[in-house]
Amino acid sequence: MPDMKVPGFALEEGGEVIHLRLSGDWTVATIHLVDESLRDLDAGRPLRIDITGIGRIDTAGAFMIDRTLRAAPEGSAIEGTHAVAQHLLPQVHEVSEPVPPAPRPEHGFVALLDRTGRGFMDILSEVLATLAFLGETLVTTIRLLMNPFRMRWTSVVSVMEEAGLDAMPIIAFLSFFVGLVVAYIGATTLRDFDLQIYTVELIGYSMLREFGVVLTGIVLAGRTNSSFTAQIGTMKMRQEIDAMKTLGLKPMDVLVAPRIIAMVLMTPALAFVSTAAGIAGGIIVGWTSLDINPGVFIDRLQNNVPVDQFWVGMSKAPVFGFVVSLIACRQGLNVGGSVQSLGRSTTTSVVQALFAIIVLDAMFAIFYMEMGI
Amino acid sequence: MSDDFIIRIRNLKTAFGPHVVHEHLDLDIRRGEIIGIIGPSGCGKSVLLRAITGLKDFAEGSIEVFGERLEDLDDQERAEIEQRWGVMFQDGALFSNLTVRENVEVPMKEHTHLGPELRHELADMKILMAGLGPDACTKYPSDLSGGMRKRAALARALALDPELLFLDEPTAGLDPITAAGFDELIRSLQQALGLTVFLVTHDVDTLNAVCDRIAVLGDKHVLAVGTIDELRAFDHPWVQEYFCGPRGRAATGH
Repeated sequence: MPDMKVPGFALEEGGEVIHLRLSGDWTVATIHLVDESLRDLDAGRPLRIDITGIGRIDTAGAFMIDRTLRAAPEGSAIEGTHAVAQHLLPQVHEVSEPVPPAPRPEHGFVALLDRTGRGFMDILSEVLATLAFLGETLVTTIRLLMNPFRMRWTSVVSVMEEAGLDAMPIIAFLSFFVGLVVAYIGATTLRDFDLQIYTVELIGYSMLREFGVVLTGIVLAGRTNSSFTAQIGTMKMRQEIDAMKTLGLKPMDVLVAPRIIAMVLMTPALAFVSTAAGIAGGIIVGWTSLDINPGVFIDRLQNNVPVDQFWVGMSKAPVFGFVVSLIACRQGLNVGGSVQSLGRSTTTSVVQALFAIIVLDAMFAIFYMEMGI
Repeated sequence: MSDDFIIRIRNLKTAFGPHVVHEHLDLDIRRGEIIGIIGPSGCGKSVLLRAITGLKDFAEGSIEVFGERLEDLDDQERAEIEQRWGVMFQDGALFSNLTVRENVEVPMKEHTHLGPELRHELADMKILMAGLGPDACTKYPSDLSGGMRKRAALARALALDPELLFLDEPTAGLDPITAAGFDELIRSLQQALGLTVFLVTHDVDTLNAVCDRIAVLGDKHVLAVGTIDELRAFDHPWVQEYFCGPRGRAATGH
C-alpha cells in the first residue's frame, strides 16, 4: 500500500452547531483508528461535517462519515468540498441503511428439549428414509436382473474393478497382519498349557468365521463407501443427476443398481482373499515361532475346522457389500448444493456403514449360534 | 511513463502443455479506464485474466501491474499487490460454507485491522451496494439465484476498495434488465472510486454501455484495441461479424 496518513477529526464550537473537521486518509486500511471514537461521539447539537481536509477516501471511509451523520441529531449536514468524497457520500448513503440483526439462536432448557426432540425425529425419519431407499433399490435391482439387457454391465464391471480388484491388495495386507497378531496372541496364551498346536484351530475359526469378512467390510466402508458417496454427491451438486433425469435416465438404474450388483458380486471374492491372507499370516507365525510345519498346519486345519465355518463367513459377505453400497448411494443422493453438505454426507456414510457392519455381524453371530453352527 | 498504464503486458506466452493459448501478446491498460476483453470462445480471455492475477503461470514475456513486474516479486510484495485488486469469477466462486456477509468479510479479516462490528457494517454496505437486499446477508450461496451470486461475488471483490477490478463475464446468464443494472453499477462504481476495470465479456450491450476501450483477442494475440467505433471500422472478419452482425448492430444502434 502507498503511505497512508492517519485519519483524524477535530470538534469546533460554532454556536447552534458543532463543526467536525476531518483530516487524513479515510480508507479501509485506516478507518479502524477512528471507529471507536466516532461511534462514541455524542455532540448533542447538529453537526456540520467538513470534508475539505480529507486526503484519500474510499467507500469504507465514506461509510464511516455517513454513519456519523446518521447518528447525529436532526439538522446535521456535510459541508466543504472534496472531489471524490462529494461523489461517494451520496452513493454510500443510499446503501448504508442499517441491516436489522438476525434473530439470535435460543439457549436454555426449552431449546435443549427442542433440539433433543428434533434429533430424535431426525433419527426416526433417517431410519424410515433408509428403509424406503432399501425398498426402491431392491425393486430396481430385481427388475434389472429380470431384464439383463437393460442393465449397464459396463459400469458394473468398471465398479467391480475399481472397488473390488483395486481393493484386494490392501485387504489382503491388513488381513495378513491381523492373522499374524491373532496367531501370536494364541501362541503366547496356549503355550502355558502346552497346547500351541491349537493355534491352528484358533486361526481357522476366527479367520473363516469372523475376521476375514469383517475386515473386508471395514475396508469397504472406509474406501469404497466414501468414494461412492463423493462420486454421486458431486454429481448431485453439479446438477448432473438432474440432467440425467431430464434425459430420461433413472439415477437408480444408472448409478445405484450397477454399484449394488458389483459390490454384491465382488465382496465374497474380497472376503475369500482376506480369509486366505489371514490364514497365511497364521501359517507364517506357526512356522517361524511354533515349529508347526505349513503342511501340518493345513492338514490339521482341514481335519479339525469344519467347512461350515467357511460358509458362515462367506454368507455374510454379499450382505455386507450390499449394505455398504446401499448406504453410500443413499448418502450420495442426499447431498445438497454446498461443499459442506458433501463433507457431511461422506462422513455420515462412512459412520453408518461401519455401524451397520458391526451390528449385522453381531446379528449373524446370534443367528448362527441359535442354529447351532 | 509507466504510471499512466496500470497493466502492461509484453510478449506474453501461455500454454497448457503443447497447446499454446497466447503468443506474442501485448496489451496496455490505462489507469481509470474500463477495458472490455472480447474474442471467440476458447481464445483465452479467461486465461489472460488468470495469467494477470497469478492463477496461471505464463511461459514467456512479462506482466507489469501497478508498475511492478509480477514475475520479479517475492511473496510479501505479491500479497501487497493482491490487496489492490479484486477479482470476480464467472460463477461467483463464493465460499459455500460461509454466508454472503462472511464471504465479504473474508478479505477484510485477512488484510485490515477493522473491528468485528465495523467489518459487519461495511460488509452489509458492500452487499447493498452490489444490489442485493439486506436479507441476503445471512444467506448461504446455495440459497441464492445465479444473478444474486454474481452480485455477492462483486461485493466480495469490492471488499477492500481495490484500484483494479477483474470481472469475468459479469452479465452472463442474467436477464437483460438485471444485466443493464449491473452495467450501470459497474459504471457508477468506476466513476465514484476511479477504478480500473478489466472486463471479460461476450455481452455487446455491456461493451457498449460501460467500456472505454475494447481489446479483441484472437489468433493467440490481441487483434485490435480501440473504442467501439474504431473497432467497427477494423478490417477483420470476426470483428466485423461481431459488431456488424444482427446482435452487434442492435446493441450499438447502427
